[in-house]
Amino acid sequence: MPKEESQTNGFSRRQFIRVSGAAVAASTVAGTIISAKPKPDAAPTVPAAQGAIDVTLKVNGKTHTLNVQPRVTLLDALRERLEITGPKRICDRGSCGGCTVIKDGKTVYACMMLAVDAQNSDILTVEGMGTPENMSVVQAKFVEHDALMCGFCTPGFVTSVHAVLEKNPNATDAEIRRACAGNICRCGTFNRVFEAAVAAAKAGGSA
Amino acid sequence: MQDVRWNDPESSRYLGKSVPRLDGPGKVTGNAKYTFDIVLPGMLHAKVLRSPHANARVANLDVSGARNMPGVRAVFTDLPQTARFAGAEIAAVAADTEEIARDAIRAIKVQWEVEPHVVSTRRGMRDSARVGRPREATRGQDPDTLWSSAAAVIEAEYYCPVREHLSLETHGLVVQWQEPDRATVWLSTQAVHGSRGELAGALGIPQQNVEVICEVMGGGFGSKFGPGVEGRIASALSKMTGKPVKLMLERYDEQVASGNAPDALMRVKAAMSADGKLLAFDSQIWGTPGNGNNSGIPMPYIYTVPNQKTWQAGVSTNTGGARAWRAPNCPPASFLMESVVDELANKLGLDPVKVRQINQGSEIRTKQLELGAQMIGWENRNKTPGAGSARYKRGMGCAVAQWGGGMGQPCNCDVKIGNDGSVYVGIGTQDLGTGTRTYVATIVAEDLGLPLSRVRADIGRSSLPFATGSGGSVTSPSVAPAVKDASMKAQVRLLETAATLMSAQASDLELRDGKIASKSNPSNAMTFDQVCAKLPPGGIAVSGTTLASLQQGGVAGAQFVEVEVDTWTGKIQPIKVVAVQDCGYVLNKLTAESQLIGGVIQGLCMALLEDRKMDEPTGRMLNPNMEMYKVIGSLEVPEIIPVLYETHDKVAGIGEPAVIPAAAACVNAVYNATGVRLRTLPMTPKRWFEAMEATQ
Repeated sequence: MPKEESQTNGFSRRQFIRVSGAAVAASTVAGTIISAKPKPDAAPTVPAAQGAIDVTLKVNGKTHTLNVQPRVTLLDALRERLEITGPKRICDRGSCGGCTVIKDGKTVYACMMLAVDAQNSDILTVEGMGTPENMSVVQAKFVEHDALMCGFCTPGFVTSVHAVLEKNPNATDAEIRRACAGNICRCGTFNRVFEAAVAAAKAGGSA
Repeated sequence: MQDVRWNDPESSRYLGKSVPRLDGPGKVTGNAKYTFDIVLPGMLHAKVLRSPHANARVANLDVSGARNMPGVRAVFTDLPQTARFAGAEIAAVAADTEEIARDAIRAIKVQWEVEPHVVSTRRGMRDSARVGRPREATRGQDPDTLWSSAAAVIEAEYYCPVREHLSLETHGLVVQWQEPDRATVWLSTQAVHGSRGELAGALGIPQQNVEVICEVMGGGFGSKFGPGVEGRIASALSKMTGKPVKLMLERYDEQVASGNAPDALMRVKAAMSADGKLLAFDSQIWGTPGNGNNSGIPMPYIYTVPNQKTWQAGVSTNTGGARAWRAPNCPPASFLMESVVDELANKLGLDPVKVRQINQGSEIRTKQLELGAQMIGWENRNKTPGAGSARYKRGMGCAVAQWGGGMGQPCNCDVKIGNDGSVYVGIGTQDLGTGTRTYVATIVAEDLGLPLSRVRADIGRSSLPFATGSGGSVTSPSVAPAVKDASMKAQVRLLETAATLMSAQASDLELRDGKIASKSNPSNAMTFDQVCAKLPPGGIAVSGTTLASLQQGGVAGAQFVEVEVDTWTGKIQPIKVVAVQDCGYVLNKLTAESQLIGGVIQGLCMALLEDRKMDEPTGRMLNPNMEMYKVIGSLEVPEIIPVLYETHDKVAGIGEPAVIPAAAACVNAVYNATGVRLRTLPMTPKRWFEAMEATQ
């Protein structure tokens, strides 16, 4: 059953599942070789592991069914099984915000949630906000203001800013900073992230 | 050959202007594929077993549990079976999923023979076997004969801890082995060309058969040159299984085993004359590069002291090896010297800015100090450090820096123009987030008079023309002059064809807005595409090399920081930073400013938070993660004003210099605000209180 899992208890629960997973002997379908690159919404390319279950995820408006072990995080399911790699795995324990996605309108760390617990939810990632040819206002302002350098933290920041502007299209600099307080950037782009976010607010928010 | 110069920013369309980076749209939409994002059909996941002990030998390694686990495809054990730090690689596996690979690592049984370890510099210093050969230098008179005659003398110990690179994308790669003798490797690297040989060696195939790809990468800061041990492991596993293998380090692995900056324990005595001139200097420095090599801190950094004695030595410890860290050795050098000069100036009641101007020889820096002082409002600083009894105290500090590197290295670049008017530029460099890809394209667009969208820039592949690794701030001064050379050669060829077609002199033609027109008779014009259609079959294909006349190394900088200290809690909050940096010829204003802002933020992280903590009893790192190894977040970032101080017409590298002086300026600002001198980084609230109590 899908159920809400708070970010604080998610950690210990997930760690527990990871560690106890050692006892779950896994088996594979021998000789499974996939030669063609799958389409983004195609079945996972990974041989089934023991105890794997079907999980249905609704991401960026599309429904995907994938066969994963229950211990697989939402982040790893998105990245490795669905090739939705905008959300990044950086700290893998809920301290850097690189994997931030929007679940039913609220930002969550995708590394702190199991894929099975994200069923029956609407998941939105940066891929669902815009494309390089047709960026959202927030994405376009990030580019215009150079609110990114290496860009690895950027999807997380874009998502946090998108979410705060959804809630409050007139968010102030202080509110934006608070919304991004769970995101870490190592290149040091913060100032320009805030500039971009304020500019996006002025230009019509998250649309 | 004509005399090639950089374009005049006054009349240019792109160069010297603010141009949003070309890979921005891909990065903000998740479209850009980093090494970590590569997912290939049939791809296996590799994980590494690491030593939990800081100094130990493997007595017995039993991998049967891993080998027999369903889903595990290969086990790799050709690694040194001795561990000289907690985190050393012992064995690796490749499995169908990451989860299974982690299980398999846990199923490996190791019997260890554990030996005593030392993980701190202070303990290592006491063991002469761990202290490397000292580097010593003397100049002028023995400082010991001069202390008594000086107007001001300070003697103190300063400490800058080991810091990590903390690249957000961990080290790693995806190796796709192709029988019988080829491989494609996606590698998060600062050197696609430089990594090829090591990978070819690991795979046992010719270099030419390896393609290294790094289109975008998630930070390196000096730690990501060779593919290293991860490269050997993933290469072997891919060859063993015949399948693509992905090995991206876990966050723990990244922080214990992928490099760091050595610490610096610095004992210093220094003297100044009453008029503010440095008179004598004596320093002893110890630093641990872990199990790596120590490269030494430049002393007394930018200053000229007539009488000096310097001594330093590396201390070998059972910790992960050091690697180059953005402006290697300069941030601690700046922290020390800028603290020392500030202490002496304050002791004599002299203006710290003026004292710096007196003691350093760079005219540029003297002007930068003036400009920075004016912009931060230096005259509003605390005239008496720490004056007043308010809870929140503000103060200002400054520091200067020099980055000596940045001289361009030889690179090659291809520019091609098709008969259809399509334009291509290719160079095997890489973009660390500095904006390399963007200026590769803008240089060509500028010279050919085309909109940027018409130029396809290809970088990040080892099959492209050779480019140097991105270290020492050499990328721009190496790459840009090679691109410029190729783009000017293409321009010359294009104008030759146009001159014939238009019955004009090539020297009378100019390229602008997709047209080629006569300067003397603007009505005599053709479009770029019309001229390209008349090019010989095959169009234009030219190669450029790095022109030494277009680049320079060595840049000066000065930074000013204003802080607010909460004297009830000891919390230090930077309020405003002015960073004045010599940037040579600016290729892209927008991305150059971002480099300065980012450098300042990393410098402030060093001042306030960064500290790799080792546990002496267990020999393990205590904060191998991103909540306990702290960096600044959105609530702490101050206002930062980047000032591109353009000095000449040559391209200089600026990736590193801005990180150097921020920490020292912050330390000096805390002194100006509170009258409390902190000599140990990071400046935690606890340390501020301790220093405050020692002051009173």
